Amino acid sequence: MFYPTSHPWSTDQSLGDHLAERGVSRRDFLEFCGSMCAVLGISSTMLPKVAAQLEAIKRPSIIWLQLQECTGCVESVLRTAEPSIGDLVLDMVSLDYQHTLMAGAGEAVERAKADAMAANKGKYILVVTGSIPLEANGMYLTIGGRTGREILEEAARDAAAIVGVGACAHFGSVQAARPNPTGAVGINKIITDKPVVNIAGCPPIGDVVTATLVHFLTFGRLPEMDSEGRPLFAYGKRIHDQCTRRAHFDAGQYVEVFDDEAARKGWCLYKVGCKGPAVFSPCPIFQWNTRTSWPIGAGHPCIGCTEPYFWDTMTPFYGRLPNVAGFGIESKVDTIGAALALGATAGVAAHAAATGLYQLRHRKQAEAEAAAGSSTPTKEG
Amino acid sequence: MAATRVVVDPITRIEGHLRIEAQQENGRITNAWTTATQFRGLEIVMQGRDPRDAWAFAQRICGVCTVVHAVASCRAVEDALGIRIPPNANIIRNLIHGMQFVQDHVIHFYHLHALDWVDITSALKADPAATSRLAASISPWPNNSATWFAEVKDRVSKFVSSGQLGIFTNGYWGHPAYKMPPEANLMAVAHYLEALDWQRDVIRLHTIFGGKNPHPNFLVGGMASAINLESTATINAERLTDIHDMIKRAQRFVEQVYWPDLQAIASFYKEWASIGGGVTNYLACGEFPEGNIDEPDKFYLPRGIILDRDLTKVVPYDSSKVAEYISSSWYDYAQGDEAGLHPYEGETKPNYSGPPAPWTYLQGEKKYSWLKSPRYEGRAMEVGPLARMLVAYASGHEDVKAIIGDALGRLKVGPAALFSTLGRTAARGAETVLLARRMSTWYDALVDRIKSGDTQTFTKDKWEPETWPATAQGYGFLDAPRGALGHWVQIADGKISRYQCVVPSTWNAGPRDPQGQPGPYEAALTDNHPLLDPARPIEILRTIHSFDPCIACGVHVLDAEGKTVTEVKVL
Repeated sequence: MFYPTSHPWSTDQSLGDHLAERGVSRRDFLEFCGSMCAVLGISSTMLPKVAAQLEAIKRPSIIWLQLQECTGCVESVLRTAEPSIGDLVLDMVSLDYQHTLMAGAGEAVERAKADAMAANKGKYILVVTGSIPLEANGMYLTIGGRTGREILEEAARDAAAIVGVGACAHFGSVQAARPNPTGAVGINKIITDKPVVNIAGCPPIGDVVTATLVHFLTFGRLPEMDSEGRPLFAYGKRIHDQCTRRAHFDAGQYVEVFDDEAARKGWCLYKVGCKGPAVFSPCPIFQWNTRTSWPIGAGHPCIGCTEPYFWDTMTPFYGRLPNVAGFGIESKVDTIGAALALGATAGVAAHAAATGLYQLRHRKQAEAEAAAGSSTPTKEG
Repeated sequence: MAATRVVVDPITRIEGHLRIEAQQENGRITNAWTTATQFRGLEIVMQGRDPRDAWAFAQRICGVCTVVHAVASCRAVEDALGIRIPPNANIIRNLIHGMQFVQDHVIHFYHLHALDWVDITSALKADPAATSRLAASISPWPNNSATWFAEVKDRVSKFVSSGQLGIFTNGYWGHPAYKMPPEANLMAVAHYLEALDWQRDVIRLHTIFGGKNPHPNFLVGGMASAINLESTATINAERLTDIHDMIKRAQRFVEQVYWPDLQAIASFYKEWASIGGGVTNYLACGEFPEGNIDEPDKFYLPRGIILDRDLTKVVPYDSSKVAEYISSSWYDYAQGDEAGLHPYEGETKPNYSGPPAPWTYLQGEKKYSWLKSPRYEGRAMEVGPLARMLVAYASGHEDVKAIIGDALGRLKVGPAALFSTLGRTAARGAETVLLARRMSTWYDALVDRIKSGDTQTFTKDKWEPETWPATAQGYGFLDAPRGALGHWVQIADGKISRYQCVVPSTWNAGPRDPQGQPGPYEAALTDNHPLLDPARPIEILRTIHSFDPCIACGVHVLDAEGKTVTEVKVL
């Protein structure tokens, strides 16, 4: 299982030199670049540029803040395979502040963060997991006696790029679900003068995080995003359109209740609550944990965790999607699909608009239901 | 010499946000305060929701012990609704939870705890050939070659000389508390890197049954992963073989790397077997049902309580004797700060009363944490691996007696050495070995059931809300990697009316109670505890990490309305 990487990457060395020293051939390196192109959905004609950029860069500084969260997103990044977390930390970037892995504690790590931010002013990448609680003057989260908000604003000021990882970092996730007791908000509600990438999911697939970092390091800019800030290379398509069980949906073959004969044949989970038709996610393609499986692949409906405020808009998880019912579903769903397909072909802006409109409608419905005192989606017999 | 005030915030290499304050005099810690500095309020969020969704909300309490709240939640709802899950689903949950234990404990040892004992910079002075001989003397692990250790040494050497130290910046390297020779340090560093890859592989068991990790999917009434040997989309022979091999690789790494490393490292730090004991009572709610959920005598790890470190008797655990106090916590109770409330009567009104941020010190504040103080019949209890191993040892559990006896014999210490920082770390390793082995038993049982024609994974009859009573309540227990966990749910008209958790890190990391009794962290830090250099508090990290803190788990909130329920249901 273990593939040692024996030579760390020193500051005065380009990646090309570093890899040559490690015994990685030019051909191996280009193969790696090719696989990164595939992950990122980049045309192979761009391969020379990817290779040239990757070879020239030096280990960039990453400051990783963990705010109001559960550490699941950090664990997800620990599961990445290419690059592995060991290679990432020792060879690819300089992870200068990260609570879960740092050797020192307290003042020693706060000093390390301050030093790294000063030394790499305007150049470091800020990665954030977790939300910001605004109620009670921010006292629901302090680190070193300072509020999460103060810490975030300070770190964001001189960051070259800001990558929000996970549902908390953008939408506050579960702690922001009704009635949001701590007033939790995503970092994009605090940082409004810079783009914030939204690596959506609860948690997201770790490989999407590393691929986004590679994208930024290679092209010197963030990947194209939809209206929710999600990179298109990962979140550009609906689960429903990539689903391994889609043929059963089209054929009207549904699981009626868990562990029935249909479930044992791997049929469509729409009727037991699958949110796949309304969810943009890389799950079916990237899959989880070195492509072992994914939620629908393991027989459970999608709960929509890459979508905004999914704890309110996608619950109850086992209720059917509103406005998408029974055997009339194909026309309904395909209408939505057509709008989104149009967006994709007409360019990013149109795509974003279509996604945004859909989300807006979805959110408004949830809010209306909340006002009416019920969050139960339409349940069809 | 006047007392020196020490603050460690953030405590790193843990889950969540934790602050330790201490007083140091003459190289010893004379007082300590534990503060959880995050609050999320998830139980309030869960009110009014479909109880079948509860597991997903509760699961997000923690992404490290990512299955424990989900399973405890399913058990609570199943208890409330009278659902008995199929034996296959119980076995699958045991396998998932078992792998959670094994993977989580290994990550804890190498990535969260080892750097308290292992000096990376010392590894640079190691002779790879001598390192290989040292490793071969304690383990047959085939990767322990001189060439492999030379590669790791070279890798670390270049990393250090780059000047970009990343996660190792400002570590306490060269501190006199580090006692191991360079070769032992190099061996541990090499295994730190190997464990990073190993953990990613074996946790795929969660992905097969639950679709992903972290946060695999669960299901009230069983599991959603259907079994059908004749389908490509279900648990079939290919998937089972993958699981079987993961279990084997987990066992091999634990027995040939983790457990030998732990004992080797411990042998350099035997003085820590008399440091950091703390409270003298230990609680285990028991885990891994091998019969029905309501048959504790059929759990692999037994339920019970040890009082006053008396290993000659095990006191029965009664969940009705649990109460939580808030005299040192940023909450209000209607009955005032002296009251202790059982979870079914729990109430929470968060009310921050500390200094405005930024602050410098909390010591001297009456209230100083977002954690409450759980007590059992008024006593502070330690939970976790040590509690489980002590309860099992005192219960006469054959497997536990054998492995604990063997470890104590190798270190040439008696059972009293277990009541310590080192004992806690050793107990975690011992239970990892036992659980990795036990997973084969569960796997074989699952295969036998499938062979006999039983592929059921879900109980359908009480899935629909129409089948539920108008009101119901249930208790879901689970002994998680970090210790005893309880979820209490109340359901009215098909919705959650109250949801409460009392979790391991609340037991261990809670602050003082109205009697002034410190919580287990606080007690451990003042029990014969050194602190040489307040600016480099490595000794504090050793003891706090020996508990494996999971603070997001600890920080929760009980019922927002403070309703009183007179009926208390006890398993």
